[in-house]
Amino acid sequence: MAIEVRIPTILRTHTGGSKTVEGDGDTLAALVDDLDAKHPGLKNRLVTEDGKLHRFVNVYVNDEDVRFTGALATKVEDGDSVTILPAVAGGC
Amino acid sequence: MLRIDRATYDAIVAHAREDHPDEACGVVAGPEGSDRPERFIPMLNAARSPTFYEFDSGDLLRLYREMDDRGEEPVVVYHSHTATEASPSRTDISYASEPGAHYVLVSTRSHGNRTGLAGDEVEFRSFRIVDGVVTEEDVEVVESYLFGHSPTTVVYD
Repeated sequence: MAIEVRIPTILRTHTGGSKTVEGDGDTLAALVDDLDAKHPGLKNRLVTEDGKLHRFVNVYVNDEDVRFTGALATKVEDGDSVTILPAVAGGC
Repeated sequence: MLRIDRATYDAIVAHAREDHPDEACGVVAGPEGSDRPERFIPMLNAARSPTFYEFDSGDLLRLYREMDDRGEEPVVVYHSHTATEASPSRTDISYASEPGAHYVLVSTRSHGNRTGLAGDEVEFRSFRIVDGVVTEEDVEVVESYLFGHSPTTVVYD
């Protein structure tokens, strides 16, 4: 078992075009590190230099936005499903 | 070039008018790889602001799930500017994350507080935004995808 992660179009350059990848970890931060080891560059697109999730990326663990569950400290486990989506936003 | 049918074009403009002076936003989904905007999906602007728009994060997840299930992708991502011209702002460009989509900008700036007045032209323009590079493209409005483009030939056999 592993954690399934759905990758948005814009990040598939890092996953060789794959829509879903698998990773491990007991927190979202650990999972992101594991994904970055397999798909270099992914972490940079998700996490800022000071170690926070980018403002324009939404991450969901089992359909729950991690902004409300502890961000990168959110607990994850085998069988969870993680979805990454870029925010759709802008302004004049 | 963006080719869009009249009904969808009108629906986008109507949404922009309706939400003025706040920015309106939404998506027109179409079958993956078709480049055909078919399913108009107005979204709530969670920011409810005249200068910013953002899809609600729960709505965003449901939208992408649904498109995924139906084999669709966002062919058009639209929003309105209510006080400035219909072209992507620096914020728009930094957030743009669908390199395959047509980014439609509608401006309702000439409306003032009331919309729908005679002669209050709405600007409707379309752009590609790829890696921070913006390219404007032509917009062709067709009456319908079936009959709008070229004379239809009926072959009887």
